Amino acid sequence: MTMAPKDIQSKESVPSQRPDNTAFTQQRLPAWQPLLSASIVLPFFFLAGFSFIAVGIGLFYSSNSIKECEFDYTGSQPGDRCGECLNVVFNATHPCNCNFTFNLTDVFQGPVFMYYELSNFFQNHFRYMASRDDTQLSGYLSNLKSPVNACYPYQYDEKNTPYAPCGAVANSMFNDVFKLSYYVNGNYTEVPLTGKGIAWWTDYNIKFSNPTEDNKTLTAVFEDTTQKPPQWAVPVWQLSDDATNNGFVNEDFIVWMRTAALPSFRKLYRRIESGNFTEGLPVGQYFLQIDYKYPVLSFNGRKKIVFSSVSWMGGKNPFLGIAYIVFGSLCVFFGILMLIVFLKTQGTTNDDM
Amino acid sequence: MDSCTNCGLFRWVWQLLGFDPPNHSETRTVYVANRFPQHGHYIPQKFADNRIISSKYTVLNFVPKNLFEQFRRIANFYFLIIFLVQLMIDTPTSPVTSGLPLFFVITVTAIKQGYEDWLRHKADNEVNGAPVYVVRSGGLVKTRSKNIRVGDIVRVAKDETFPADLVLLSSDRINGSCHITTASLDGETNLKTHFAVAETAVLQSVTDLDTLIAVIECQQPEADLYRFVGRITIRQHSEDLVRPLGPENLLLRGARLKNSKEIFGVAVYTGMEAKMTLNYKTKSQKRSAVEKSMNSFLLVYLIILLFEAILSTIMKYAWQAEDQWDEPWYNRKTDKERNSSKILKFISDFLAFLVLYNFIIPISLYVTVEMQKFLGSFFISWDLDLYHEESNQRAQVNTSDLNEELGQVEYVFTDKTGTLTENEMQFKECSVNGIKYQEINGKLVPEGVTVDFPDGPTTGLTKEEELFFKAISLCHSVQIGQDRVDGSLDGFQCANGISTQPEYYTSSPDEKALLEASRRMGVAFSGIDGNFMEVKIFGKLERYKLLHLLEFDANRRCMSVIVDTPSGDKILFTKGAESSIFPNTKGGELDRTSVHVDEFASKGLRTLCVAYRRFTAEEYQEVDRRLCEARAVLHQREECLADVFNFIEKDLEILGATGVEDRLQDKVLETIDALRLAGIKIWVLTGDKQETAVSVSLSCGHFHRGMNILELVHQKTDRDCAEQLRQLARRIQDDHIIQHGLVVDGASLSLALREHEKLFMDVCKSCTAVLCCRMAPLQKAKVVRLLKISPEKPITLAIGDGANDVSMIQEAHVGIGIMGKEGRQAVRNSDYAIARFKFLSKLLLVHGHYYYIRISTLVQYFFYKNVCFITPQFLYQFLCLFSQQTLYDSVYLTLYNICFTSLPVLVYSLFEQHVHAHVLQSKPALYRDISKNALLGFKPFLYWTFLGFGHAFVFFFGSYFLMGEDTSLLGNGQMFGNWTFGTLVFTVMVITVTMKMALETHFWTWLNHFVTWGSIAFYFIFSLFYGGIIWPFLHTQDMYFVFVQLLSSGSAWFAIIIIIIACLFLDVMKKVAYRHIYQTNTEKEQSTETGSSINCLDSMCCYSGGETACVPIRRVLERMMGRCSPARFSRCGTSLNSLCCQRFSYKLENDEPTALDE
Repeated sequence: MTMAPKDIQSKESVPSQRPDNTAFTQQRLPAWQPLLSASIVLPFFFLAGFSFIAVGIGLFYSSNSIKECEFDYTGSQPGDRCGECLNVVFNATHPCNCNFTFNLTDVFQGPVFMYYELSNFFQNHFRYMASRDDTQLSGYLSNLKSPVNACYPYQYDEKNTPYAPCGAVANSMFNDVFKLSYYVNGNYTEVPLTGKGIAWWTDYNIKFSNPTEDNKTLTAVFEDTTQKPPQWAVPVWQLSDDATNNGFVNEDFIVWMRTAALPSFRKLYRRIESGNFTEGLPVGQYFLQIDYKYPVLSFNGRKKIVFSSVSWMGGKNPFLGIAYIVFGSLCVFFGILMLIVFLKTQGTTNDDM
Repeated sequence: MDSCTNCGLFRWVWQLLGFDPPNHSETRTVYVANRFPQHGHYIPQKFADNRIISSKYTVLNFVPKNLFEQFRRIANFYFLIIFLVQLMIDTPTSPVTSGLPLFFVITVTAIKQGYEDWLRHKADNEVNGAPVYVVRSGGLVKTRSKNIRVGDIVRVAKDETFPADLVLLSSDRINGSCHITTASLDGETNLKTHFAVAETAVLQSVTDLDTLIAVIECQQPEADLYRFVGRITIRQHSEDLVRPLGPENLLLRGARLKNSKEIFGVAVYTGMEAKMTLNYKTKSQKRSAVEKSMNSFLLVYLIILLFEAILSTIMKYAWQAEDQWDEPWYNRKTDKERNSSKILKFISDFLAFLVLYNFIIPISLYVTVEMQKFLGSFFISWDLDLYHEESNQRAQVNTSDLNEELGQVEYVFTDKTGTLTENEMQFKECSVNGIKYQEINGKLVPEGVTVDFPDGPTTGLTKEEELFFKAISLCHSVQIGQDRVDGSLDGFQCANGISTQPEYYTSSPDEKALLEASRRMGVAFSGIDGNFMEVKIFGKLERYKLLHLLEFDANRRCMSVIVDTPSGDKILFTKGAESSIFPNTKGGELDRTSVHVDEFASKGLRTLCVAYRRFTAEEYQEVDRRLCEARAVLHQREECLADVFNFIEKDLEILGATGVEDRLQDKVLETIDALRLAGIKIWVLTGDKQETAVSVSLSCGHFHRGMNILELVHQKTDRDCAEQLRQLARRIQDDHIIQHGLVVDGASLSLALREHEKLFMDVCKSCTAVLCCRMAPLQKAKVVRLLKISPEKPITLAIGDGANDVSMIQEAHVGIGIMGKEGRQAVRNSDYAIARFKFLSKLLLVHGHYYYIRISTLVQYFFYKNVCFITPQFLYQFLCLFSQQTLYDSVYLTLYNICFTSLPVLVYSLFEQHVHAHVLQSKPALYRDISKNALLGFKPFLYWTFLGFGHAFVFFFGSYFLMGEDTSLLGNGQMFGNWTFGTLVFTVMVITVTMKMALETHFWTWLNHFVTWGSIAFYFIFSLFYGGIIWPFLHTQDMYFVFVQLLSSGSAWFAIIIIIIACLFLDVMKKVAYRHIYQTNTEKEQSTETGSSINCLDSMCCYSGGETACVPIRRVLERMMGRCSPARFSRCGTSLNSLCCQRFSYKLENDEPTALDE
């Protein structure tokens, strides 16, 4: 920095240069000066260690009390479950049906949730994930007519008709259909599966909405588009019979559109909470019917169906409990180790001081 | 064209733009009042106008020029490249992510620089627009300063500053002299007399001047303030008179006119070519050791970045080799991807990864460091302990780039006079005609005579004594106080001579002391009247005509005057160092004087010898002729003058010698002791002679009695010097228990440095104290340079007050100027300026230590937090097929460094005090804990880097295991997506990284609390806000309600807590273990300072106030501590009791800030 301006001024009439005597300028602000020394950290270690172990045990038990069972129905080997459906193609008009029974030996406390699980499916692939148009999905007509470039190659079809919904994510929507029946009194009664509330409330109510145009019906609004991505069997306005669950605001669709973080993921399919099953799934034999439509063989993927009850913390997740217990034990262990070291060196350091 | 090296960029740009064509001739010809010759055989020269431009930018060029300057920085350029890459190729992150931080950094810097430039513009305009009076077309014209052209005759009134470099034409005095003060140029407050050439001096009015036809030839502009060579050709009665012009004819821009009503002068150097402006050179940038380590860290991270990018690219292609990964049916490639060439794709993939990981290079590091330095340096100038009450001067920071270097100093090179000593001279003894005298109670007492008439009448002086004091009174360059000169010009009204004693003004304190002593003895210099010097001898006025003044110069080391005595003799009086006087002496009590001089010197007095020479008339004529000739020479005038001076100053008769004491400054001993305890080696470099220097060294504690003092002096030949050096080396080896001090003189030093540099350095390094005497200014710089480039590359600090220390100050890593009596030059060229030597200990031990700790933690932490930031991103690539999917949302990527994590570290780096200041000052040994760049060495760097990677792994895999179970984390069974995963990692990261800073902080002011908790709170509030809105201008709404959903999950909370604590656990454990096992002195002080280790909790409850709050905690603690050992228990108990009153004691400390001085 050049000092030019200052030097030109004369120094004759300088007022006192004495710096202000304030706590701030003299770096004497009141301050708390903590010190990480053994005697403060050690008790903390023990305290933290034991409380972590306690919490961990609690979490572990709570997680263990959650019931979960899963069934792989990929059928990758002939002879496996659904092996006959292995070579299904995506938008087959006649889905391959595959059924199997299973037994629950424990009561599943309700509400019970039904998930499908895909593995080796990279929803987190950059190219895949970017291939969507949130503006279109939130109902803007302009993007319905001209989806963003990111949707390519599912932006326009050969006839230059815009895809709705556009993009690879929408195109690859999971479309297996499940039906669950409970064997009671010699009869199978269908377990009512609720599709309400499987997507985030905000997604369903705010983020996703159907395009509207001068009181046109949903079908009419989609008229100028392909009405469905290339792989879909049904148009987007036929996803459900329920008007509040159709088009872009179809909950299955919304669930699918929330791309998963990892290559193996579960998505919520249905909730079991109504009819005779509000209390959960009782012990007994069940019969699962699957409309097997979704091909996973080509990328070595697997498909599973999962039934799970939840606690306030979600599904069965032993990781947290174990992590808390392990970490707590580590704390205690190192606490003891350090205590020994300190007691040994105590004398010497005291002499030093 | 050597002047161009000094004048910086503006001149260069100026020339480039063609405004200032390079000067081809070696001299410039100035036609006074721009009256060009009629004949037309001249080449018009172009000169710069008188506009001062210290500003860098104009409104028009600010943006491009500032951008250009900023992008010359490697880091900024790097981010620009990244940004451009993002713009050009299809990258996973939007260009905004790196563009916005870059824009932010550039804007902050530009605003700072723009503001500084605006201030400069304002100052420039003020200067350029100042009204001046110029003689044009026979009248006085008022115009603006910037309109002055070379050749204009300018009128300057009393107390105005000169608007350009002027050659004095006339003043309101008949002899054409005027007084000026150059305080704003070099800080010398004494009045200096400048003269007009006799032929122009008579032109005292505008109309007279209008008749003047003259041409001035002089050198091209150069920066040396004290050099001016030129001549004026005056056409009088169609006859050309040539008169020499020297510095005494030149009035420098920026100097101020005193004691004269008005002067007229011709502008010769204007605007950017004036000597003052040439002196505002942009100082060569000094870079601190921390900055160098910072750059090497940067390089390491750049390599890590490249490695990660290359690895990712290779992995991507390895995965893609299999079709099922490359292009499954649900994820078709675009045509572009399919068709583009392999190599191009490879490159663009590599670049994309580079962009993805580029944040590992912390973009805001530089701007934060700059802000920290800029803001932090205020604490130095604000420090009351560095404020000097008597001179009303506070510490001054000229560059904030080197704050932390103050904490790294290994060698201190200090000047003696004015630095270690007061530079307040006190006449003590003298030797006249071989008899030694002492001054006792204002009387001269010869040696051996007892003072039995303490109040008796003043005895007269012997003839020799009188001549001696006359010599002292005449041979000097002192000015008389301005009140007298001002009051009634050259009046005689104070003939009694006692009632008003004139004040002496001079740049040399020695001369002042001598004159005052002489006055006490009865021979008083009372002023200059025209060409006459007046001396009152016991009240009787004698007038001596001053014929010639042979100015002092550092090479000759003496000065002389030739006077015409009232009795008509022409006498030369010479005063100077004995080394320059004795060889030219042929008469007088040479031997005894020489003995006395040595005696004086060994007492630590500064000695000067006085001699005279009586000229015969013929001799004088010869002398006069040769002097006049030499002074009129245009080229190599200095050399000619030196020859003539040598011719004149010989065949001297010695008169005697003086001994003047220079008092040591306050607390020099303590300061040197403290610095030595801090592991700093101190070298004293002085121009004084050996005996004086040694005795001062002894009295200031630089040498002490127990030290074995080795000497390397008076070496004449190379061989002897080498032999002596070897001998010294042997002696040191034989006797390595005792401390050694080394004395070297300038001549021996130059021998030793020429051939035996290594040997000499070895000897020096094994000596505790080194004293170099008889040093020329450049030698000082050379010694500093030698140490600087020695293999250990120690950090050097040079401190001095005079112009002779400037080279050393500029050479050393840190240059410190003492605001002393010898002008401002040292201060102006220094990096820091303090008023007293004793302030050095606080500056180094406290400020240096703090700044080093602060900035090194800042640097390490910055790299750490960016490793934490980007490593999860890298790890995520393994889970997404290296498809370059980002883990975090773009906004988070952008704001991480700017908003979420920037403030706590900045506040830390401004306020951190790991140990209390008074502890640092009272325990200088703590300085050793940070020596050799200890906190930025390889080991700490590795530790921080691994910590960063470790933490990143914990965040990432912690979150991965939580989410990887594939179960719902919500009570309603719904699932999270990838953005929630990224947000989880990011949340954990922001909190951990902030908490890590909190762990590093030892000094929690309210500001620290505010920014630490504020940053975390801001992150939460921002995320809620950001996720709570559908942003109309964004393409994707990925983050919509993601954060809220995350926070509504109990599992996520449990995970966040454990991941954070697990991260910090490692670090805490390491800290505690190290504190206990490898305790550094600083840490020891921390624990003793706070009394006991539980003080932490204790002060916390004091902090929240109220002793009652302490009690339950204390009980719990006591119970807990009881387990450890009884000794500890009791210690805890007592300290707790005492510490609960800490607030009280703290108050005390507040009320007594001066107590910190101890």
